[in-house]
Amino acid sequence: MAAESYPQDLKYYKEHDWVRLEGDEAVFGITWFAQDALGEIVYADLPDVGDTVTAGAPYGELESVKAVSDVFAPLSGEITDVNAVLEDEPQLVNEDCYGEGWILRVRLSDQAELESLMDAEAYQKFLAEA
Amino acid sequence: MTGRPALDYTPHSETDVRELLEAVGAGSVEELFAEIPAAVRFADELHLPAGLSEAELMAELTRLAAADCPASGLVSFLGAGVYDHYVPAIVDAIVSRGEYLTAYTPYQPERSQGVLQSIFEYQSAICELTGMEVSNASMYDAGTALAEASFLAGGQTRRARVIVSEGVHPEYRQVLATESAGYGPRPETAPLAAGAATDLALLQGALGDDVAAVVLQQPNVFGALEDMAAAARLAHEAGALFVAVVDPVSLGLLAPPGEYRADIVVGEGQALGNPMSYGGPGLGFMAVTARLMRRLPGRLVGETVDAEGRRGFVLTLQTREQHIRREKATSNICSNHALNALAAVVYLSWLGKEGFPALAELCARRAAYLRERLLELPGVEAYTAGPVFREFVVRLPLPATRLVDALVPRGFLAGVPMSRFAGAFGAVAAETPSTGAPSTGAATSATAADPAAGGNAAAAALDDVLLLAVTEKRTREQIDAFVAAVAEVLAGHGEARGGSSVLSESGPAAEEADRA
Amino acid sequence: MPDGEMSTACREGILGREPRLTIFERSRPGRGAAATPALDVPDKPLDEVVPAALRRTRPARLPEVAEVDIVRHFTNLSALNYGVDNGAYPLGSCTMKYNPRVNERAATLEGFRGLHPYQPESLAQGALELLYTLEGWLCEIAGLARATLQPAAGAHGELTGLLLMRAAHEARGRAPRRIVIPDTAHGTNPASVIMAGYDPVAVSSDARGGVDMDRLREIVAEGDIAGLMLTNPSTLGLFEEHILEIAELVHGAGGLLYYDGANSNAVLGISRPGDMGFDIVHFNTHKTFSTPHGGGGPGAGPIVVGEELVPFLPVPTVEKRDDGTYYLDHDRPRSIGKVRTFYGNVGVLVRAYAYIRALGPDGLRRVSERAVLNANYVLAGLRDLFDVPFERRCMHEFVVSATPLREHGVRAMDVAKRLLDHGVHPPTTYFPLIVDEALMVEPTETESRESLDRIVEAFRTVAREAAEDPEMVCAAPHTLPVRRLDEASAARKPVVRQRFPEDEGAAAS
Repeated sequence: MAAESYPQDLKYYKEHDWVRLEGDEAVFGITWFAQDALGEIVYADLPDVGDTVTAGAPYGELESVKAVSDVFAPLSGEITDVNAVLEDEPQLVNEDCYGEGWILRVRLSDQAELESLMDAEAYQKFLAEA
Repeated sequence: MTGRPALDYTPHSETDVRELLEAVGAGSVEELFAEIPAAVRFADELHLPAGLSEAELMAELTRLAAADCPASGLVSFLGAGVYDHYVPAIVDAIVSRGEYLTAYTPYQPERSQGVLQSIFEYQSAICELTGMEVSNASMYDAGTALAEASFLAGGQTRRARVIVSEGVHPEYRQVLATESAGYGPRPETAPLAAGAATDLALLQGALGDDVAAVVLQQPNVFGALEDMAAAARLAHEAGALFVAVVDPVSLGLLAPPGEYRADIVVGEGQALGNPMSYGGPGLGFMAVTARLMRRLPGRLVGETVDAEGRRGFVLTLQTREQHIRREKATSNICSNHALNALAAVVYLSWLGKEGFPALAELCARRAAYLRERLLELPGVEAYTAGPVFREFVVRLPLPATRLVDALVPRGFLAGVPMSRFAGAFGAVAAETPSTGAPSTGAATSATAADPAAGGNAAAAALDDVLLLAVTEKRTREQIDAFVAAVAEVLAGHGEARGGSSVLSESGPAAEEADRA
Repeated sequence: MPDGEMSTACREGILGREPRLTIFERSRPGRGAAATPALDVPDKPLDEVVPAALRRTRPARLPEVAEVDIVRHFTNLSALNYGVDNGAYPLGSCTMKYNPRVNERAATLEGFRGLHPYQPESLAQGALELLYTLEGWLCEIAGLARATLQPAAGAHGELTGLLLMRAAHEARGRAPRRIVIPDTAHGTNPASVIMAGYDPVAVSSDARGGVDMDRLREIVAEGDIAGLMLTNPSTLGLFEEHILEIAELVHGAGGLLYYDGANSNAVLGISRPGDMGFDIVHFNTHKTFSTPHGGGGPGAGPIVVGEELVPFLPVPTVEKRDDGTYYLDHDRPRSIGKVRTFYGNVGVLVRAYAYIRALGPDGLRRVSERAVLNANYVLAGLRDLFDVPFERRCMHEFVVSATPLREHGVRAMDVAKRLLDHGVHPPTTYFPLIVDEALMVEPTETESRESLDRIVEAFRTVAREAAEDPEMVCAAPHTLPVRRLDEASAARKPVVRQRFPEDEGAAAS
C-alpha cells in the first residue's frame, strides 16, 4: 500500500474524495485517508455510464471485509466513464488511490460547485482538525 | 448427608462465592445488583415448580413424551413438507459431538474450521441438488426462506408484486403474507387449473411490468408436477424472477431448478437427515444464480487460504448482513440452522451419488404403487392428472378426516386431510381475470367479484381430499395392509350410509386406550 | 474422480498432517455407504412412474464415500472446531453457557422427535402440554400475559414482535412510523425494524452508557413514535437506570416498548421486563435457557407480550380445554398470521423446558447471580490493563477497550486471535460500535473459579506479549490448524461451493 499523500494538483471534498479537473470533465476517487480508514477493499458497487451524480449524494459503495462505505459525489454531472477494472481488482483503490484506483469520470453540470472544494493544504488541515 | 436439592450447572461452592465477592469488592450478592432501581427489582419469587434431580427430570419428560403417539412409531403417510424418512445412525453420532453442538457461529474462523467446512460442503450439496450456483448456509424453514426470496426479488427488480401459485404450500404462503405486512413486494396468488397444476394462462394474464417474481412449487402441495420451464419462461418474458419451491428429495429424480432457469430456489430441508420434531427445527434452504449472490440473505461460507497458503474457510460477503450493514442489510437474519445443515450434508454423503437418486426412485415407485392400489378401490378417485413423485392426493367417498380417525386405531396415519388448508385455495387476486367454474378436479378459483364464495366452495370441495406421502420406510407389506384397511373402512362407510356409522365409535381416544 | 485431478484442489496439509480435503474430494467412483431398501413393488419402466421429460438428466454429484470415511471426515473436522464442551467461551452477548446433556437426551425421546406436525392433536398431547407449560413459565419470567413459541431465533422474534406492534397500532387506528433504538443495539434491531416496515431512529448514549434522556425526549417530541427497542442490561453490560422514565416517555407518546432479551441471563428472577414497562419481550433460548447454539443454530426466539397484544399473536396458539386436553387454536381472527411453518423449533423448546424445569425458581435466580458475579470477577482482573469506558458495576458481561495496546500497533482483533493460542475463546470484538477497540466479555455462570482465572491470565499474557512482541501478537494465531485466514481474497473472488475438475475445464473453454 502506498504511503500517505495528498497531491497538490487535486481538489478535495469533505467526504474524503479527490477531484482531478480536466476541462469540463472531472475524475473522482477517494483519498489516501479514506482508503486507509476502510481497510482492504474487496468490492466496488458503482453506477453506470450515462447515470447522473449529484454533489453531496452517494453514487456507489465500497466494501471492505467488515465495513461498507458510501462514496459521495463531490460535484454534479453525467458519468462518461467508470473504472471497470475495479470490478475485478477493487484493491487498486488501496494500492494506487490517485492513479489506477480512480473511480468515475464525470461531465460537470455546475461549475459553481467547484467553489466548495478544498486544495491539498486545506484538506490536510481539515483532516488534522477532524 | 444431604446432596444438592436440584440440578445446578454452576460450579461454585459457597466458599468460592464468598471469595469472589471479596475479590470484586462486594459485601453480598445483593450488592451486585445495586444499580437496578428498587422500583423494578422483583421482590417476589418466580412462580415456577421447584427444581429437580436429573432422574426426576427425565421421569417427567418421559411421561410427556409417552403421552404422545409419534408418527414415526405408526405406519405414517403424512407429508406436506415434513417427511418420515429414515435418519441413519451416523447423523446422530456426528451432530451430537460437542465440538459442533456447543459451538457458536463461526466468527473466529481459525477456531471454527469444522463448522465452516461442513457448511461449505452443505452449500455445495445444495448447489448440486438444485443446479444453482450459490447456496446460503441455511435458514429457519421453507416459509421464512420464501419470504426472503420475495424480498430479494423485490430488491433486485424494484417491482411491487409477487405472484405465488396456490400450489405452493399454504403455510409457506401464510408466512410470506405475514412477513410482507410492511415490507417487500405484495404477495398475490395465482390459481390452479384442472389437474391441480398452476393455471399458466391465468398466470400469464396476471403478469405485468410490476411483478418482481413468480413462485411455483414442484411438486406442488397437491402432489401435481408443474410445468416449471413454461412458468419460468412466462416470468422471464415479463422481466420477473422465477422462484422455485422444491422438495429436496424430489431432486434425486426430478429436473433441478437450475435446468429450468429458476433464479431463486427455496424449500424445506427437514427430509435431509433431520427428525420431524413436530415440524422443527428443520432447515430452510435457499440457492440463487451467481448474479444474485450479493443480494442473498443469510450466512455464506467461502474458501480461502491462510497466511501460509493453507486451505481454509471463512464467512464471506458479510457486508450483506445486519451486523455490518444494520438497517441496510439484505435481511435481519443473524443465524442459520447450522446443525441441521450438518445433518443434511452427512445424510447426503451417506446416500451418495447413487444412493440419493435410488432413494428418490424407490419413493416414487412405492407412491405410484399405493396410488394405483387406492384408485382401484370403489369410490376413490384421482384428483390430480399426470404423474406424481412421492406424494399425491385422492378424492374419497367420505370426509378425509373420518378416514384418518378410523385408521388410527389400526396403527395407520392415513395422510393429511386437505380440508386443514380450507381457505387457502380459491382466493384469486383481484387483478386476475376469472374463467368461471373450473373443471372437475381443479382447485376452485373464485371470481374476482366474490372471492369469499369461491373460497367456501373450494373448502367444501376439499373435505374428501386426502394427501398421502410415501417414504422408503413404507414397505409393500405395509402399503398392502393399509389399502386393505382403507377398503374395510370404505366398505363400512358404504354399509353405514343411512344407518348408524361404525366410524363414529372409533377415534383417536379409543385408539389410545387400545395401545396403552 | 481420478486422484490426480482432485489433488490440485488441495494445497497442503494441516500442520503437516493429512491434507485438508472436502467430502467431495474424498469421493471415488463406485464407493458408497447407504443401502437402498429392496424394490418390493411391481417393477415397471421408470418412464411410467415419472416421464423422462420431468427427470433430471444427470445425477447430483454427491460424494461416493464409504461410511467409515464419512465418520472420520466429520469427526476430524469436529477437532478443528471449538465449543463450550471444549472450554471457556466468554463471547460477549452470546451467553455461551454449558448446554446440559440431559436436555439432549430429552429432545431425542421418540415421543418428541418422531412427531409429525399434522398428526392428530389427540396423538400429540404430551408435546402440546409441554409447549403450553413452557409458555406459562416464560410469561412468569417475563412478567407478561401470553407468549408465542414460534419464532425460530432472536432476530425472528424481533420481527414478530414488531409485526405485533404494527397490528396493535392499527387496532388503535394509528400508523406511526418511527422506532427508537439506542446506538448500542444489536444490528438485528435496525434490520428488523426495516423488515417490519418501520423507520429506525438512533438515540445516543449518555456519559454513563445509558440512553441519553435529553436526546430521547427530543426524538419523542418530534412525534410519530411507534415504539422503542431496548436491550437491558445493554450490550455494554450495564443496567438501564432510567428504564421507568423511558417507558413512561414512550408510552406517553403512544409507543410500545420492545425488550431485546439477548441479555436476560443477568436478571432471571431479579428484575422482570414486564415490571420494567416493556410490552413485548423476546428470549433467546440458546442464550438464556441453555439450548445449544449448534455452530450457528437452530435456536428459538419466543415472544412474550402484554394483554393488549395477545389478540394479535401468531396462529396457532396452544390452548387447554376444561377436560385437561390441549389443542392448537388456528381460529384467531385478529392474529397477524403465521411467522413460521408449523409451530416453531419444538426440538429446541423441549431443551428449554428441561432447563427451566431442572433449575426451578431458585436455580434460575442463582444463574443470574453467578453470571453477574463471574463477570465482575473477570473485570476486576482486567481493569488495570484495558480502558474501562464506563466505571460502573457491570452485570453479566462487560466491555473494555483495547486502545492502550494501540501504541504497540496491536488491535482488538489481534488480542482475539492471540487468545485463541492461549486456549480461550476470544470475546466479541468491535461491538458495541460506540466503544473504540471494544472487547466484550461474558464469562457466564457455568465457569468455575479456575476457569475464570485462566481467562484473566490469558488476557494478561496477551497484553504483556503485546508490549514485548507485538509482531508476534499481530500474526496470531500460531498454534491452530490454520493461521490467520485471508478474508479479503475470499470476498473478492468468492468460492462458495465445491469446484469440480470438469467445471474448471468448461469454464476455461
